[in-house]
Amino acid sequence: MDQLLQHLVNGLVLGGTYALLGIGLTLIFGLMSVVNFAHGEFYTLGAYAAFATLALAGLPFFVALLAAIAAGAALGALTERALLRPLRGHSIDTIMLVMIGVWIVMQNAELLAWGGVARSIPHPFPTAPLSLGPLNIAPLRLFVVVTAAVLIVLAWLAIQKTRLGTAMRATFQDRETAALMGVPIARIHTITFAFGSALAAAAGALLGPVFLAYPSMGDLASLKAFSVVILGGLGNFAGATLGGLLLGVAEELGAGYISSGYRDAVGFVAIILVLLFRPAGLFARAERIG
Amino acid sequence: MLTRVLSTALIALVMLAVVPAGDAQAPIKIGVIEPLSGPVAASGNYVRMGAEIARDWINAKGGVNGRKIELVIEDNKSDPKEAASAAEKLIVRDKVPAIMGAWGSSMTLAAMPKLEEYGVPMVVETSSAASVTKRGNPWVFRISPPSEMEALGLEQYIDKLGVKKADFLAVNTDWGRGSIQAFGDMLKKKGVQVGAAEFMEQAATDMNAQITKIKATGADTLFLTTAVEQITLVLKQGQEQRLTRKVITTGGSSSPTQLIKQAGAAAEGSYHIVFFMPWFPEAMPDGKLAKAFVDEWTKRGNPFEGLTEGFRGHDGIATIAEAIKIAGKDEPKAIQDALWKVSFTGVNGPIKFEKDGPAGKESGQSKPSIFVVQVRDGKVALPDFMKK
Repeated sequence: MDQLLQHLVNGLVLGGTYALLGIGLTLIFGLMSVVNFAHGEFYTLGAYAAFATLALAGLPFFVALLAAIAAGAALGALTERALLRPLRGHSIDTIMLVMIGVWIVMQNAELLAWGGVARSIPHPFPTAPLSLGPLNIAPLRLFVVVTAAVLIVLAWLAIQKTRLGTAMRATFQDRETAALMGVPIARIHTITFAFGSALAAAAGALLGPVFLAYPSMGDLASLKAFSVVILGGLGNFAGATLGGLLLGVAEELGAGYISSGYRDAVGFVAIILVLLFRPAGLFARAERIG
Repeated sequence: MLTRVLSTALIALVMLAVVPAGDAQAPIKIGVIEPLSGPVAASGNYVRMGAEIARDWINAKGGVNGRKIELVIEDNKSDPKEAASAAEKLIVRDKVPAIMGAWGSSMTLAAMPKLEEYGVPMVVETSSAASVTKRGNPWVFRISPPSEMEALGLEQYIDKLGVKKADFLAVNTDWGRGSIQAFGDMLKKKGVQVGAAEFMEQAATDMNAQITKIKATGADTLFLTTAVEQITLVLKQGQEQRLTRKVITTGGSSSPTQLIKQAGAAAEGSYHIVFFMPWFPEAMPDGKLAKAFVDEWTKRGNPFEGLTEGFRGHDGIATIAEAIKIAGKDEPKAIQDALWKVSFTGVNGPIKFEKDGPAGKESGQSKPSIFVVQVRDGKVALPDFMKK
């Protein structure tokens, strides 16, 4: 029983970060129909931005998080402006290939800039866990999951309650009509891509100190983000959140009670089942962005 | 415009660099396949640095048979598929007569069929899975200990370490699975109880599920088999879950100095099987060589924590150079024959190949020296039972 509870806690903490990764990806896909293969690289970028601010410049953790968000947003905006805007209207396959190119370029640039050796990112939290009876959770992880939740809520509020969010949703629903109503479509696309990338970078800055920072760390993150998005339904904000939590718990329980060697397989079996029986995603009927 | 001029210049330079084969003064090429990027990149880069020291030392002494040696280094990206294509590229395009590689057992095993296909020998510097020398590939010569040899080396210390019941956590590769098998057999023979055997994917970063499971077995020791990046994560996450175990890492890729740096207090008390002790070079079989290697490594500004991997690169290249010297020429078949005659002392200790694997198609296996160190008060120390 204690073990089950600890597994559930572990799974939810892990799932919260999967959710943060998935939301950025689902936003970009939902609003722009861009399959962003470089999503994991923005995650890596965030981790290295945090490393630079914390380990090299010695600034506080919150500054590092903001720096990562800024770096992610800036590079995201640049990518959209330089590569995606000229290609708007092209087929989804063309754009997919371009994003694969961005993925390769970014990952190798990271390798060139930082070298292949993993870096440990310092953090201000005590390493001793907080214990509640038999349950243990590291303060850093608790902070990560709370911050992830806050970021998810903020992102949701931004999309639901602000003028900009309304414009984003309008663009998603009907691009032509939105344009006729005076929504600056091009700028909305740039902002959306920057927003999604910033969320990935935030996830990187949060998880970098939990794990290690290395150039290929984004591959696993991309894989998880795509899994989450498929679980939750493409373009579905609430679905990505729930999908993330579900994937985290499924992996954890699979590793705990079936076999740790098949940990990742458990996640993928869940995805195959979802694709077979609910191809639009588990939460297809939940509200979509827009 | 400038780019075009520059790229033309670059192409010209590259073409100039291609010297026709067979030139007596041309350097002897030695292929190197290591994980220079990806999850185990740190280790691969350290091996490369060690290989470069061996190359420079050999060339400074006039090279081999009057010719300099040149390393052609390929990145296998910590990926078995890439290791196979790297081997093919080195053999077919660069025409290297011998290769050193490919760090991980899965990568080495993936590259091995290419050796047989083209008939080129490979000195295996790191891989621990038994299968590397058991598959009947006569082109494979291993200087690292297989897990069985490592387990036998540890056997004499099991009582002193006070191991009563042990769990295993290993990377889900040929190396990890082989290691659990080998150490499990040795422990059972010693009457030690064996609890959970858990795996993690090579790129996995969250091992909480495995740790939760291990915690429930109530064992006193955890055998941990993976590269230093994952050892760091397991130790940190173990601390987060209050896992109090004697941790023994196997495979010699634990880099205790890096662990102290990156895992901090979580590394305290852990034991590590290593094949080189740069903290006490004088305790190595050839103390003078070991000391010189540590000094050269430090002089180059290479990170100290890489030494426990770096020596493998030195010994691997030194082995190949020795074989080429005996063969008198840089032809793959002649080098293969000569490798059987190699006998010298490397940084790890004596290197000499014995036959291993199915009769008629044996691979070469050297018998390396094995040591145990402990992290104590944030430093690497010899455990009391290791002191002479």
